[in-house]
Amino acid sequence: MAYDYSKYLRAGKIPHIWCPGCGYGIIMKSLIRAIDATGIDKDDIVLTSGIGCASRLPGYMDFNTLHTTHGRSLAFATGVKVANPKLKVIALGGDGDMTAIGGNHFIHACRRNIDITCFVFNNYIYGMTGGQYSPTTPKNSKATTAPYGNADNQFDIAQLAIGAGATFVARTTTYHAVPMEKLIKQALDHKGFSVVEIMAGCPTGYGRKNKQGSPANMILWQKENAVPANKAKEMSEEEMAGKFAIGVLHEVQKAEYVEAYDAQVGLK
Amino acid sequence: MAREIRFLQGNEAVCEGALYAGCRFYAGYPITPSTEIAEGLSASLPKVGGRFIQMEDELAAMAATIGGSIAGKKSMTATSGPGMSLKMENLGYGYLTEIPCVIVNVMRGGPSTGLPTGPGQSDVMQAKWGTHGDHPAIVLTPSTVQEQLNETVRAFNLAEKYRMPVILLTDEIIGHMREAIEIPEPGELEVIDRKRPTCDPKDYKPYKPEADLVPPMADFGSGYRYHITGLNHAEDGFPSNNGKMAQADEIRQENKVMHHYDDIVKVEEFECADAEIIVFAYGSSARSAKEAVIKAREEGVKVGLFRPLTLWPFPEKHLEKYVGKTKKFIVPELNLGMIKLEVDRVVKGQAEVVGINKIDSDPITPVEIMDEIRRSK
Repeated sequence: MAYDYSKYLRAGKIPHIWCPGCGYGIIMKSLIRAIDATGIDKDDIVLTSGIGCASRLPGYMDFNTLHTTHGRSLAFATGVKVANPKLKVIALGGDGDMTAIGGNHFIHACRRNIDITCFVFNNYIYGMTGGQYSPTTPKNSKATTAPYGNADNQFDIAQLAIGAGATFVARTTTYHAVPMEKLIKQALDHKGFSVVEIMAGCPTGYGRKNKQGSPANMILWQKENAVPANKAKEMSEEEMAGKFAIGVLHEVQKAEYVEAYDAQVGLK
Repeated sequence: MAREIRFLQGNEAVCEGALYAGCRFYAGYPITPSTEIAEGLSASLPKVGGRFIQMEDELAAMAATIGGSIAGKKSMTATSGPGMSLKMENLGYGYLTEIPCVIVNVMRGGPSTGLPTGPGQSDVMQAKWGTHGDHPAIVLTPSTVQEQLNETVRAFNLAEKYRMPVILLTDEIIGHMREAIEIPEPGELEVIDRKRPTCDPKDYKPYKPEADLVPPMADFGSGYRYHITGLNHAEDGFPSNNGKMAQADEIRQENKVMHHYDDIVKVEEFECADAEIIVFAYGSSARSAKEAVIKAREEGVKVGLFRPLTLWPFPEKHLEKYVGKTKKFIVPELNLGMIKLEVDRVVKGQAEVVGINKIDSDPITPVEIMDEIRRSK
């Protein structure tokens, strides 16, 4: 029998704003299935976001939802979590939201290891404003603000998270919808700051300008260039050129921020 | 039983006021001359079951303060000019989404980094107009260390009652001076908590106002699942592009403050009844003004002090009583004449309005105000 998503969706809020061919609907469905699998009560879940296409997702979901300012998803989420640690706090945003304007909040949330699950929807572009280059836009790609090609170097979001101290870091793609669900569940179950970078195609803002073909072709590109993490470890830099690792990239156990704070200050 | 007397610094008194009001979450970032507030609450909040966090920047501190309030805790942050400029983004979010919280700005000198260790009163217009868009504002301006405590309690009460951010606008002089103050007994000062919904969660509309124009606010995690967004929104909290509705909602927010002017606006009118000259002064400048008024009265000059403890909304209804009776208004302030513009607006040319203005990091002295009073004779 087909999975019934309606329990987690707000009646009357669909259709969503995303373009035909956008990968974000696939992520939303995987997220719903993963949250369902955790068994956490809807009343206890807080979902925060910043500004951008990805950040419209909370409006469709039947949780305590907080659509904040550009880049500040994690800063608001931190306030919620510290004020009431019993809540399950999930913060999401796109690549521009989380790693450009919100980059400082991102690295410091990683560093604190606060028990928040963070999803970064990486579509290589600022989609809502019509296709400007972001910190993850590949070098030489075209964007409306890079008509001659992008001169910037790219952030590797997962590596950034590992370097900044996140204790669970994974990467997946919208092609891998079923493994994505499992990775999201693992991230939600992890105690501490977890990051899942989710590669998603933006046919409208990125694909069209960069001759990526149809949305289906963009998903196939993910399939062809994703390398399982254990295999990627054995490959050379040359062999990995243009490819990216998927799966769990980093997992360690470390004291969680609010618990550590409470212990430090003698709060019970 | 006699109240406890303590010799406190102004910033420490803010901490005492916050704890008295029930503040249980503080998110901050270090900045002179407000840092003692963060230091004080980092030590005292855990003792009452609250938490403190030092965020990565001022924007994050404002965001986390709002987040803490949404999670149900009375929340506060403190800063000074450069930090206040950074907080403007999320302060605007707090206004549009109607989240109660308290922001303390201990004013220092200058635009930009300016004169970090000196006093200033140049953020009085920023406190009203700093963030983009139309919105109401409640801004309190204490003048004494005792008022730092009492007005902090009042700031929390107004934030909770009217479901909005409230600014306590003080300055380096009062923040760093020490005075003996009385600590109010528990129960002595009123402490107000926000209205929370009592309806069935499925009927809850987070922006449906009651008769007082204030909508009840549910804590996240209390069973009322709802949406908060910085986009203009309908009563159900969900975004809407309906401009007419956005306008109606913003006017309703303006009215929730202006219709409660009498509850919100507090003014000290000292020797004003027969005054031919009124000194309009707030914050640290009002201390010198009071001294000058007392001295001038001893010399037989009919002079009074009009001192707003609520600077915004501007106390125009109180001030209008003197328009047409008073010959001259003197407005001493540590800026180049910001609040004088408001006094001008209310006086409408029916009296002389003179500013005494300094931005050199020194306070305005009673003698300087006396000189201006004497010039009027």
